[in-house]
Amino acid sequence: MAAHLSSGRVNLTALREAGRRELREFLDKCAGSKAIVWDEYLTGPFGLIAQYSLLKEHEVEKMFTLKPGRLPPADVKNIIFFVRPKLELMDIITDNVLREDRGRSPQRDFHILFVPRRSLLCEQWLKEQGVLGSFIHREQYSLDLIPFDGDLLSMESESAFKECYLESDQTSLYHAAKGLMTLQALYGTIPQIFGKGDCARHVANMMIRMKREFPGSQNSIFPVFDTLLLLDRNVDLLTPLATQLTYEGLIDEIYGIQNTYVKLPPEKFAPKKQGEGGKDLPTEPKKLQLNSAEELYAEIRDKNFNAVGSVLSKKAKIISAAFEERHHAKTVGEIKQFVSQLPHMQAARSSLANHTSIAELIKDITTSEDFFDNLTVEQEFMSGIDTDKVNNYIEDCIAQKHPLIKILRLVCLQSVCNSGLKQKVLDHYKREILQTYGYEHILTLNNLEKAGLLKPQTGGRNNYPTIRKTLRLWMDDVNEQNPNDISYVYSGYAPLSVRLAQLLARPGWRSIEEVLKMLPGPHFEERQQLPTGLQKKRQHGENRVTLVFFLGGVTYAEIAALRFLSQMEDGGTEYVIATTKLINGTTWIKSLMEKLEPAPF
Amino acid sequence: MSRARADEEEYWHSSKFRAFTFDDEDDELSQLKESKRAVNSLRDIVDDDDDDLERVSWSGEPVGSISWSIKETASGSTSSLDGRDSSLQKGSSSYAVLPKQGSSYSLSSLFKGEVCSLERFRSLQDKLVLLDEAVAGHDGNVITAVLIFLKRTLRREILFRELEVRQVALCHLIHFLRETGEQKFLLDLLRFLDRTEEVAVREHLNIQDVEKRREFLKSCIGLPFSAEDTSHIQDHYTLLERQIIIEANDRHLEMAGQSELFRKYPRKASILNMPLVTTLFYSCFYHYTEAEGTFSSPSNLKKTFKIPDKQYVLTALAARAKLRAWGDVDALFTTKNWLGYTKKKAPIGFHRVVEILQRNSAPVQVLQEYVRLVEDVETRLSLATKYKCHDVVIETYRDLKDRIQLIAYKSKVERGSAEDEKINSILNNMQIRWKN
Repeated sequence: MAAHLSSGRVNLTALREAGRRELREFLDKCAGSKAIVWDEYLTGPFGLIAQYSLLKEHEVEKMFTLKPGRLPPADVKNIIFFVRPKLELMDIITDNVLREDRGRSPQRDFHILFVPRRSLLCEQWLKEQGVLGSFIHREQYSLDLIPFDGDLLSMESESAFKECYLESDQTSLYHAAKGLMTLQALYGTIPQIFGKGDCARHVANMMIRMKREFPGSQNSIFPVFDTLLLLDRNVDLLTPLATQLTYEGLIDEIYGIQNTYVKLPPEKFAPKKQGEGGKDLPTEPKKLQLNSAEELYAEIRDKNFNAVGSVLSKKAKIISAAFEERHHAKTVGEIKQFVSQLPHMQAARSSLANHTSIAELIKDITTSEDFFDNLTVEQEFMSGIDTDKVNNYIEDCIAQKHPLIKILRLVCLQSVCNSGLKQKVLDHYKREILQTYGYEHILTLNNLEKAGLLKPQTGGRNNYPTIRKTLRLWMDDVNEQNPNDISYVYSGYAPLSVRLAQLLARPGWRSIEEVLKMLPGPHFEERQQLPTGLQKKRQHGENRVTLVFFLGGVTYAEIAALRFLSQMEDGGTEYVIATTKLINGTTWIKSLMEKLEPAPF
Repeated sequence: MSRARADEEEYWHSSKFRAFTFDDEDDELSQLKESKRAVNSLRDIVDDDDDDLERVSWSGEPVGSISWSIKETASGSTSSLDGRDSSLQKGSSSYAVLPKQGSSYSLSSLFKGEVCSLERFRSLQDKLVLLDEAVAGHDGNVITAVLIFLKRTLRREILFRELEVRQVALCHLIHFLRETGEQKFLLDLLRFLDRTEEVAVREHLNIQDVEKRREFLKSCIGLPFSAEDTSHIQDHYTLLERQIIIEANDRHLEMAGQSELFRKYPRKASILNMPLVTTLFYSCFYHYTEAEGTFSSPSNLKKTFKIPDKQYVLTALAARAKLRAWGDVDALFTTKNWLGYTKKKAPIGFHRVVEILQRNSAPVQVLQEYVRLVEDVETRLSLATKYKCHDVVIETYRDLKDRIQLIAYKSKVERGSAEDEKINSILNNMQIRWKN
């Protein structure tokens, strides 16, 4: 079920196992049959930890989604609420509890499992509503870092960046530090910590403090990770704004991947049996899980989309040839051999069919004129062309009322690539946006300004060209088919964040001190002492393992770039990636937008 | 590559930017086709139930996953996860943490169990130390708990005063008040801090009644926004004021049923609270001919809000084209010089004009007039070909002296049609010196 988690350098199954154990222990506290009432947001992340079968083994007989009103009838002893600690959810729970028929027999017991932390505020809220006493167990389930893949962990905390930069609320960083402590408890103390940015500094400080105040955390596990690199999203505001051009990145940009699942328009996924064709095409979206458990997907996910077609066609030939084998199978032994391989071949065929369909869907979009125009403008900005004046294409898009988020992404990209816009240019964009999309968006514009994404240039200095040149963020000769540099993930632009990680590994940050000073926030190094017995003696040629933690979100293209570095023959470093949330430019900007009442039409 | 304009093409290839396109020889599409064909051809060999193999339902949930099981076990409960989990709600709450028992923070011992253990912090100084400690721990849950305690035990002025120099704690309190809906306390706090403008814009959106909303906006104009923002707020107010007047008038007009325009094109919704450009469109649609003096006339809106020419022309064009008022469209681009000669000019470029007209299904006669005005030859040709403006295509090839293309184009027009004749007569014209 979770074999893909152990495929990487660090076996993340252990983390998943720890999560499952904690869940079982809690379930067993509530003796007897149970029903779970789910905060819908949690089902996705939980699904990555446990399947229904695990719950069933522990007497979970029914599951419902949390909603106001009377709880559905279920003949169980326990009702357990799995919720995030949010006040509006407490109101729903209160409603559920108050409507429970007190006369029913046998009575049902209530419990709450807060994910990821118990909240005093929520409990007080319940107390004020007079229902706190109805709950026998009130516990927490620290689902901080959820294993998404063999080399990927996410907290799935959508608003982390917004909370840190707009609301001065660093609770998500506290969770990140907690998650890192858990990780160290399982995989050993990480001897070296590097970081860049304010949030990175905060997390490192919290880790050091937690260690100091909780000496029991000193463990005797041989360290798996050599280095932790904490990167504040604020240090690289540019990368998420650009359109990702890897296969997985494009799937996310266009359809949105959530908790490793994607929903796709069903038309291209024709019914399986020929006889059924045409009659009733499915109208429900096709849902697919995307992770490295699928061999083909693992191979193509991180490729530039332009290199995907040739892999698919090669695969098609191989599979065809494999099926042809059946004609040559003459003896019973050969036939048996063929049949035994059938399941694997069928899986490969179905995987190929799915990805061929997805690639077709994506290609329809990447070959459209608008995608092309949009990308042209992005690439101009990133390579430093015409970033200081009002852009025609952006103006046209506003005039044609393209989605506001698209406009904001482009304008922010231009601002970041120019170290802020000239006041006149900024004012012009703002006016056009407000006049076309409504004055209420002034709140969103203010948020973007506060986050540093959209701002006036101060001091008339544009640092971006220096940063671009020093870090080689724009590469002229990119090879999309057989890449030799991380810039292939954006067809020319090398993500700044990943460049920092790359340069840290070799030759070290001392070589780029000047540029580091131009980027916001401090950069630092900390060492955590290890008992002598645990100090690593590296075998010759053995790769180092670095955990890169993106505070404020990471894109699939950045992940692809890090995986590319891991696989480089003489790279010397393998990367595991952790983040507060998997993001793309659209979801990121959306999280910073002011939620407004929907327009009357 | 669908890009038609030669100069763009050249730019793309000659410049250092890589297009995100596919090599022609090894076209990806054909590769996709190939793998698709392979997949299809394999169907008949292995067409047993591979659903069983994957154990995935059509909607993709692995059978046995949690969300799948909710549906299965909820028997009768109508909730379907599928439609909904795309709308990700706000992530984990900010005030959501209680340190685990025995956890590392020195403060955490205070929070084991009950809040009342805070009561032993009596003096102001103790309380402030407590708050600073909580902030240093970055745990929102603890910070909020301390704030609730301080809010209960300190006088407002003192609490406000102390928070003013503790920005992080202040943010947490503001967020908390917003979440719990304590509007009055929040307003008092922001008033103390001289930050009312912040809430003002946010709050006005919750006012449903337009008159009240207008009044509220008016009162906002005096608030200490930045100069830039003040002008936006002023515009916002003026716009709403206009919309209220226009709405009242037009609703009346529509009800009376005397205006043909409103009868023929009934309004789909009220104009209240619409963006400025939408309002301009509305005004160009229903009030195009009005004199500049009236509030609802397009020219008045243009002047009041200093709408740029480009924006104005685009909007007016879209509105008039929708009404198929081709005369108005023509007038929009006609300028007279002082000698009285007329000239066609479009601040947005005629290729955009063509696109908009085409979207509003303008007849070919109208369309070709503007296609003809597109300056760039390649663009003109591609638009003319795309929208079957035969005359323009034929004339352009003639002007380019491109005999081969002209002959090739013969296959695109009907034999014996006027266009066909035209091509023939041009081809027979001995005066033209063909370049090929």
